[in-house]
Formats: sequence, C-alpha cells, structure tokens
Amino acid sequence: MKLELRGITKRFGALVANDHIDLTIEPGEIHCLLGENGAGKSTLMNVLYGLYKADDGEILLDDEPVRFTGPGDALAAGIGMVHQHFMLIPVFSVAENVMLGHEPVKGGVVLDLPAARALVLEISQRFGFDIDPDDLVGDLPVGAQQRVEIIKALARDAKVLVLDEPTAVLTPQETDELMIIMKQLAASGTSIVFITHKLREVKEVADRITVMRLGKIVATASPSASTTELASLMVGRAVDLTVAKNPPTLGADSFVVAGLTVLDANGQRLLDDVTFTIREGEILAIAGVQGNGQTELTEAILGLRSGVKGSVTLDGRELVGASVRDSLDAGIGFVPEDRKKDGLVAEFSVAENLMLDRSVGAPFAKGMNIRFDYREEFAEKSIKEFDIRTQGTETLAGRLSGGNQQKVVLARELSRELRLLIASQPTRGLDVGSIEFVHDRIVATRDSGIPVLIVSTELDEVVGLADRIAVMYRGRIVGIVDADTSRATLGEMMAGIAA
Amino acid sequence: MTNPTPTMVTPDLEPEAPSRWAVAWREIVSGSPLRTLLAIVLAFAVGAVLIIVTNPEFLASVGYIFSRPSDAITAAIDAVVEGYGALFRGSILNLQGDTFAEVVRPLTETLRLATPLIAAGLGIALSFRVGMFNIGGQGQLLFGAGFAGFVSFHVDLPFPLHLLLAIVAGILGAAAYGALVGLLKAKTGANEVIVTIMLNYIAFYLITYLMRTPVLQDPDAGGTPKTPAPDASAQLPLLFGGNFALHWGFIIVIGATVLFWWLMERSTLGYRFRAVGLNPSAALTAGINVNRIYILAMGLSAAFVGLAGVTQALGRTSGFTPTVDAGIGFDAITVALLGGSSAGGVFLAGLLFGAMKAGGPQMQIADVPPELLGVVQGLIVLLIAAPPLVRAIFRLPSPSAPTAGSRRTRRAAKKGGVK
Repeated sequence: MKLELRGITKRFGALVANDHIDLTIEPGEIHCLLGENGAGKSTLMNVLYGLYKADDGEILLDDEPVRFTGPGDALAAGIGMVHQHFMLIPVFSVAENVMLGHEPVKGGVVLDLPAARALVLEISQRFGFDIDPDDLVGDLPVGAQQRVEIIKALARDAKVLVLDEPTAVLTPQETDELMIIMKQLAASGTSIVFITHKLREVKEVADRITVMRLGKIVATASPSASTTELASLMVGRAVDLTVAKNPPTLGADSFVVAGLTVLDANGQRLLDDVTFTIREGEILAIAGVQGNGQTELTEAILGLRSGVKGSVTLDGRELVGASVRDSLDAGIGFVPEDRKKDGLVAEFSVAENLMLDRSVGAPFAKGMNIRFDYREEFAEKSIKEFDIRTQGTETLAGRLSGGNQQKVVLARELSRELRLLIASQPTRGLDVGSIEFVHDRIVATRDSGIPVLIVSTELDEVVGLADRIAVMYRGRIVGIVDADTSRATLGEMMAGIAA
Repeated sequence: MTNPTPTMVTPDLEPEAPSRWAVAWREIVSGSPLRTLLAIVLAFAVGAVLIIVTNPEFLASVGYIFSRPSDAITAAIDAVVEGYGALFRGSILNLQGDTFAEVVRPLTETLRLATPLIAAGLGIALSFRVGMFNIGGQGQLLFGAGFAGFVSFHVDLPFPLHLLLAIVAGILGAAAYGALVGLLKAKTGANEVIVTIMLNYIAFYLITYLMRTPVLQDPDAGGTPKTPAPDASAQLPLLFGGNFALHWGFIIVIGATVLFWWLMERSTLGYRFRAVGLNPSAALTAGINVNRIYILAMGLSAAFVGLAGVTQALGRTSGFTPTVDAGIGFDAITVALLGGSSAGGVFLAGLLFGAMKAGGPQMQIADVPPELLGVVQGLIVLLIAAPPLVRAIFRLPSPSAPTAGSRRTRRAAKKGGVK
C-alpha cells in the first residue's frame, strides 16, 4: 500500500509542530524518519494514526484521500503503530493481547481463543518470531514483547507499520533481531516507518531517509550518506560527540558499595548483592538496558529506598540507613534520571530550584528567613557559569528546555562540597550542545579528584565517559570491565552473559 | 573509544507529564485574579436574573410583556436594584441610617462575620499549598472553640493573660487535631480527605458530648448542650465600643494574614511547604523530609482554622452550642479557592463572604429569597473550578498552558533560535 502525506500542518496555538509536511511511503520500503527531540516526528505520526487532527493537508492511501478521526479508523485502513511504551496487558497471554479490541467470537458470545492462538502461531511462524501464543506477556523479555506488538499490528492486516523509537528499550542483540524482522516485513510488502535518532540503525535498514528539524522536512537522504552528514542535517550544524578527557589520576578507594541488596514489598530482589568500588578521580559507568536495577541502585545509595541490605561507605562513613539529608550532607551530588519528576519543581523559578537541596540554614537562609539577595546573586552566578539559557532568575524551570533544566540541576548539585557525584541518564533528551556541556562538567568533576558514578542506557555515552564499566542485568552486576571493551562484549553482558 | 562513530545519544523520551487531574486541581486552587473577578461578576449577574424571575411584580407583568414591555423592564430593574441594594445596605453602608453608627454598622458586621472566615480560609489555603485537601475545617474549628472555651470559663486569670491563654489553648488544640491527620498520612499513607471528613464527625459528637458533661456544660442550660459564657477577662474586647459588635478578633486575623504571607512567601518552611506541594518527589530527592512536612503543614493549617474557632468562642458574651461552626469550616474551602490560596486573596474572599453573610437578612427583608446568596456563592466556585475540570474530563487542551506536543516544538524552536 502506498501512503502519502500531503502538506500536513499541525499547530498548537502559535507553534507549528508540522509545517506542510510532504511524505510518501512506497509499498515495501523501510522509510526512516530521522530527527532530534521536538523535530515533530511523533506529532506527524500521531496525525497519521488519527490521534491528532491536522490543521491542513491530506492523507492518501493508494492515491485515495482518507480521513481518520481516531486510531480505530487508521487501524481499519491498515496502518499499525508500535509505540515506544508498549500497550500490552502483562497478565494476559500473547494470544489474548493480540485479539484485544477485535476479539474473534463463536456463536456471537463465546471468545474464540483457539482462532486467536492460530493467528498468532501463523504470523509468528511466517516471520520466524519464535513467540508462544500461550506465554504471559509479563514473563517475556522486552524484545519479545515488542514482537507481540508487531504481531498485534499484523493481525489486523497492517500494510503500513509505524515503529516509534523501537530500539530505545532493546539490547544491541535485540536491536539486531528487530532489524532482521523489519527487513523480512518489508520483503513481504509491508511498508515501515521507522522513527529514530540513532544513525547507525538508520544506515543499516533504511531504504530512504527523511530528516526533520523544527517541524519541517529539511532533507531526504539515501542510506549511503555518511553518519556525520546525517547528524549535521538533524541538528543543523557539524557535530562531534566524542568526549575529550585525559587519563584519570586515581586516588583512594573512597566510595565502596558491598553486597548491596534491595528487596521490594514482596521480597523480590530488585538489587542483588551489588559490589563495586570507585576511586577518587575515577568515573565508573553502569551500563545496561533500562529497568535492570540501575534506578534502585542510585536510590538505595541516596537513602530513598527501604528494604536495603549491605553496605555503602563514602570516605569510610556508612550510608545505609542514613536519611537522604544525611547522604547529601556526606557530600553526594545527585542528578536523578528523571529530572522533571525528581530533579526540579517545574513551577518554581530557576532561583528557587537552585536552593531546593539547601532550604534550611546557611547559605540560603538566615533563621527562618530566606536570604533573597544571596539567592539572586547565586542564581545569576550559576546562570553565567553553567550557561543556562533563561530569560532571568525568576523564569519558571518548567519553561526551560530539557538541556537548560539539566544545567540547573547540575549547577545545584555541583555547588556543594562534593565527595561523590551520581548522575543518572545525565544527557537523556538533551540537544547536542547541552550533551557536550554536561559531559565536560562530569569529566571536570572527576578531574578534581571526586569519584563519579554514571548510570546510562546509552552505550555511546557509557563508552565515552567511563574509566571502567559495570554492566547490570536483572539487579546484578554481570561484570566490571575496562572502558575499551568491545561493544559486542558489552552487548552480551547487557543480555546477562558474563564476559 | 572503540567506535568513534558520532551517534546521537538523545533518546526521544518525553518525561511523563503530571496527570491532567493534577494539572486541573492545581489550576483550581491557584486561580488568577482576573478570572476570579470575572467569576464573581458573572455569578452576581446570574443572581440578578434569579432575582428577576422570582420577583412577583415582574412575573405579573410578563403576562402582557408584548403589549407593554416597559412594565416588565421596569419591574426587573426595580427588583435587582432593590435586592442588591438591600445587600449593600446590610453589608457596607446603611444610607438610611439616622446616626453615623447606624450608617457604618453594616460594614463592621461584615468585618466581624469575615473574621473567622478569613482565619479558616487561610488554614485551608495552607493545606492547598502543600498539595493536601483539608476538609476537616469543621472539626478543627470545633476543637479550637472547645479548647478556647474551656480555658475561658474554667481558668481564673486577670484580663490580658486569661484571653491570651484561651487563644493559645484553642490554637494548639486545633493544631494537635490537625497534626493527627498529617501523622496518619505520613505513617500509614491514609488519604487526608477521608481522615479529615471522619474527624469532623468525631469532633462534632465529642464536643456535643462534652457539652453535656461538666467539662464544657453550662450548668444553667438544662439538658441542652451549651457552654457557659466566657469570663469577661477572656472575651475578645470590642473594637469600637458598645455600639458595634466588631471585636479584636479582626485585628488578630489581620495579623494572621500577614503571618501567612510571611510564612508562605518569605520563610524557609513555606518554601519547603510549596516544594512538597508542587513536587513531593523532587523535594524528597533534595533531602526534604516530606512526611515531617505533611505533619507540620496539617498542624499549621488546623492552627489557622483553630483561630477561627477561637474568635467564634471568645468574640461573644454568651455561651455557644455545637453549631458554633456555622458552616465556616466548609465555607473556608470556598474562601481559600476564591482567594487563590494566597494571603491577600483569602483576606479579600473572606471579606466578600462576610459581606454576603451580613447582607443576607436585609435581602430577606426586601423579599429576595435568602437562598439566592447560596446560589451566588455556589456559582462563584463553579465558575472558578469548572473550566479546568471540564478540560480535564474532556481532555481539552488548556488555552493558556501549551500542550505536550507544542511545548516540545517551542523548545525546539528556542533551541534553533539561540544557536
């Protein structure tokens, strides 16, 4: 089926998220939609899927104009979408999930589960998916769940499959498998729209590449274009993302985690006997697919978790059982993985956010009175030092871009006397310029002789920043290796295979 | 580096936005002054329509509205002028009065009736600012009145000391009752809305019971639950002498308003309150003990409500009954909403509600149904609360706040702009 978008325009108030987008997807092609955060890719796909109504323009299927008022219409017309966050019910079996919404019935009332099972088996075998229709979705690994999503779309005869950032949650091996599946689907005539910002994947599978920036299509490229070329098209300038850093000057073993175990309310081990040491002036990066205990690890160190066993010592001081306040006072700087939820108060001004961790006593308060003059001065200094692009100290943090929000968090966390810096997903969702800045600050912190713990699901970031890499899988550390370990080895470790 | 390929390390994860309900709620409790003013004007306009359609003369003239429309129009205008004129006469100035005292007495009545509304409104506003919904105003007010009352007629002390002790006892009693809610929330995760509602019943029946025992009972009241009159040494002195019932409680409430402003806008405690109210998760991560803040905030919230109880118990020369709350505990929620949970806003909203309480009887004398003011009050709340609620229910985009999609675009646009 040939899909054509003509002059699609979508405005939100005064803002144009999609500006006269023309896009043609030929039958059986893998079409990559490449662009930075906020380029308008997701908006465009939501228009296509009937979630948003376009202000202007039309959608044509096989040269016939169509009008979608909701995802139901899009599905019926043969457009399937696999969202980044899966829309699956974990306690249902694969077959039950696949039939959800269009359940086959016998005699008008009885669910025809065998029919759904047969359908899943048929699709699974046709494309070599290796999915058992009776498995509970919740028990499947992430990559398999994604295949269930694809089966869901195919079960409804999707001729165009939209994959929104499908590799964000996958290990490198699972990503490779997905690439193979995509090629098979395309070979069988299904068109695929592949939304991503990872250039290596684009080059591997794309038949055609459309680059979006600021709501407009800026270029159409072929996969033979170089990655630097594509990157500069995406961001509008030349990019260099290698992290410049000198060899580490190592000091004492000041941060020691030994046998750290975290149990959830049901006694399940979220973190299982984690042991590592970070020396002064060293960056240890934790690699791993999201959800393998990284969040629990950082939260346990900071004192945000209950049910923590084992030991965490900083400069010889035990931190398990200490409150968050005590941990911060011991000299931990903490950049949380979700800055909007845990790092900032969006409705507070930049200045107010900068005193969030020190709301009692000096230097921001005298008695119970906030020292507004000091806060203002501090905020102005931070804005200058960290190059925070804001209209002023009173601008609400929620109005800043992601990169500038992260700089506010960094400015706050680096302003105390640090003995340890923990940064989770320090550059998630940031633009290229901010990434460089954040990386430089992290390296500078390490060079000042402070142990640094980085948690990142982006292998490039881990490899670029780390002096040593620890790989986590299902709450355990699979191994701790040198920073020059090959990606293939790291990928295997991320899938739980010890090096 | 094994692979120097420059790849993007920016996963396109949009951080989860706060739920639309949370957004709607926040919008409701922090309304803009202009919208509030428009809501009030519109509510009074609807009230005017109600006055007209319930007016007998107007109804009589509707029968021949096409032959002589001027009759109906005149009747309508007369009814509104008379009705709202009565409200003005009862709450601001009585221009028909013979003496100066008679002319300005309505204004002092408004201030007197606004006194507990402002105090309790500040208390509820404080809970809103910390992200909690204290609807236990009734119970906390009864505790404040009960403790203050107990000291006022069972303790023997000279004038200023006795009064001070009674005030402090009332505030502390209410604060303890409120802190209990915070404690239950912090320790067990209990929902403060349910706990405060239930504690309203407990307070009401406990105080009623105590008014039948020597603890709070007036020995001369027979079997009915009623307290003795406060000793003269514990009564809030009158501000302008015997001609006016306005007492020092109003001055105390002005002080409370200033204190509330300082607390919320200038102090470190208020800063932590607001941080917890807006984003408890970030507050926790920044080392703020959120549970302690919940307990403190509920205690302080109830302390302000308790002050309302104190002025109710001590701003009189006779005893009081379990109905001393007089709906103030719940009206305070409206006052806090109307005032946008800010010190000045709550003060003004309290004055408006005090005026409506003061003017009600005059309107009734002018043959306007007394329920009308209730309708106007309800409409004000509806007009303030409904737009965000309607948006939340039907998932409409907010006209002021940009949607997630457009926020992203704006961010992108800004990025492009500065580089």
